[in-house]
Amino acid sequence: MSNTNTVLASDGTSLKKSLAKSLRRQKIRALLLIAPLLFFVLLTFIAPIGDMLFRSVENNIVSDTLPRTVKVLSKWDSMSGQAPDEEVFEAFARDLKIAVKSKLHTKLGSRLNYEKTGISSLVRQTGRKVKKLDLDATPSFKDAFEKMNKKWMDPSVWQTIQQFSSKYTDGYFLAAADLTRTSEGIQKVDEDKKIYFKLFVRTLYMSLGITFMCILLGYPIAFLLATLPMRSSNVLMILVLLPFWTSLLVRTSAWKVLLQNQGVINDFLVWLGVIADGNRLELINNVTGTVIAMTHILLPFMILPLFSVMKTIPPTYMRAAKSMGANDFMAFRRVYFPQSIPGIGAGSILVFILAIGYYITPEIVGGTKGVFISNRIAYHISSSLNWGLGAALGAILLVVVLALYWLYDKFVGIDNVKLG
Amino acid sequence: MALPIYASPMQKIWYYTFRIICGLVFFFLVFPIMVIIPLSFNAQDFFTFTPEMLAFKAEGFSFKHYDDFFTNQDWQHALKNSLRIAPMATILSVSFGTLAAIGLSQSHVPFRRAIMAIMISPMIVPLIISASGMYFFYSRIGLQGTYAGVVLAHAVLGVPFVIITVTATLVGFDKSLTRAAANMGAGPVRTFFKIQMPLILPGVISGGLFAFITSFDEVVVVLFVGSAGQKTLPWQMFTGLREQISPTILAVATILIAMSIILLTTLELLRRRSERLRGMSPG
Repeated sequence: MSNTNTVLASDGTSLKKSLAKSLRRQKIRALLLIAPLLFFVLLTFIAPIGDMLFRSVENNIVSDTLPRTVKVLSKWDSMSGQAPDEEVFEAFARDLKIAVKSKLHTKLGSRLNYEKTGISSLVRQTGRKVKKLDLDATPSFKDAFEKMNKKWMDPSVWQTIQQFSSKYTDGYFLAAADLTRTSEGIQKVDEDKKIYFKLFVRTLYMSLGITFMCILLGYPIAFLLATLPMRSSNVLMILVLLPFWTSLLVRTSAWKVLLQNQGVINDFLVWLGVIADGNRLELINNVTGTVIAMTHILLPFMILPLFSVMKTIPPTYMRAAKSMGANDFMAFRRVYFPQSIPGIGAGSILVFILAIGYYITPEIVGGTKGVFISNRIAYHISSSLNWGLGAALGAILLVVVLALYWLYDKFVGIDNVKLG
Repeated sequence: MALPIYASPMQKIWYYTFRIICGLVFFFLVFPIMVIIPLSFNAQDFFTFTPEMLAFKAEGFSFKHYDDFFTNQDWQHALKNSLRIAPMATILSVSFGTLAAIGLSQSHVPFRRAIMAIMISPMIVPLIISASGMYFFYSRIGLQGTYAGVVLAHAVLGVPFVIITVTATLVGFDKSLTRAAANMGAGPVRTFFKIQMPLILPGVISGGLFAFITSFDEVVVVLFVGSAGQKTLPWQMFTGLREQISPTILAVATILIAMSIILLTTLELLRRRSERLRGMSPG
């Protein structure tokens, strides 16, 4: 009796069950197709990003190099205004002697030097002397260290070691936000040392400026392409796609050639007599250079989304507005423009995301005044070797970009990204 | 939007002003690229037009920068590296990417949005962040400074482009075709190669071209992940631009421009073919 309500599939199981089974099989098949790539991306891309985030808080160099010192130093009262007692110095001597053998003490010195300048040379110098120190025949380690260098009696050196003895630190993020931890708590650094906040602000301003320039130059072009007949718009589209497809390095070198002091633009202006020969325009190695070159490079990323939105606006709407008495300007402003706003939004977010993380072009045409935060990150990773600070700056930039990515996904949808 | 015959003078003025503005923007887009081409034939080591060039005299022009490119060991080495890395990276991203795109366009995919977001992220995350992360992580696992490391890094950067182009072609794909094939006795593998693959091939190829150009043009990641042995063409150009700026760069740039024109044409032809195959446009 109970079976009368159940529809059966051909093999005798209930239809509901076999449908669920086939749905599950479909899902598994889809996931199996996706799995190789997902695994690949996770391993080669997401894991490195995670590693970078980890490096921005990682701080095991002090606790790894000076395990004994860290243990006994934790009992020392940093507010006492006195150098720690004999026990700490003995532990420190033992740790340092081992570290010197494996040459780890220089790494320790440069790590602590980020927090307090002078420690690097102090550790290096002491390292050489500790080598000769006989651990079993030293009556007082404190006196021995005082003799090596008076700075070891300075409590602030020990405060720094104590502060950075934990496995994780927020020190890099504080440095990236122009803050520093002193004995009186977290404080802003001196006005002349505030570089990162200014750099972030400059990066944002320049990216906004570039985005604005792209809207200004891209809107008329997209409008023209969307309203021209297919045949001529296809031809003009090539002029947009050619720069899009040309190598970034080619376009950057083009601007380097054009904008130089002895470059094509300045030569032309001198030849025209607009400017005097001795009074050539400073177009490169400053903000102007970066903005001009990057507007050129990112302009296609504004035109293409704008164009695809404008293409969907029926031309009859404008005609209807005009037949009801609107003049050209009114019809454009009240009817066409509001419908093209999604295109402006999509293009702007895309251009802004790309601009904010640019590295190559500012590096070549930006000089010192026209560089972005990315250039600073690259400097810390490859030249100054302060990896933690580079990673912390990168983490902050990543958060900004991901927030914008989320916005883009919400309003435009990542599936709707069109290429070419 | 041709100008109607009854247009007022104001409308006429605006119409022509608008065209002039657009012309100027097009000039801004194309001129910097075009100016490189004549400059690359400069007989002098200058980056600007010499009086001889402006007078169109033969002695103002020469192929010496091209000569330098084809004979200089550094440039040839860089070119060879680029040609060794880009195709491998393309093969990896196209094969993984196409499979995943087919999976993603099935009707029931759990966590579709999240998976999509992860796969597109290499395109969104600033290159300098990807590069530093890879530098740290690849050094840990011994891939930093190796050919394999650079290939893997470039492959993952190309993945989003393959995903985007292939899913776009799959949107117009008629599912009843695969069902018809299955109905007539073809197994899944045969259906894929005989039915699905030929139809989505234009999307796969254009995704592959995107992936290729991404790798061929990439400099930030290779700077960090590669070592001197993996010096690619863009890397050589980058150091050339930053340090000893030599006009050979202009010759290389001209060759690359020619390459991008060929690429652009191929893509346009592919797009038309794909639309015709799927019956989306009459021509």
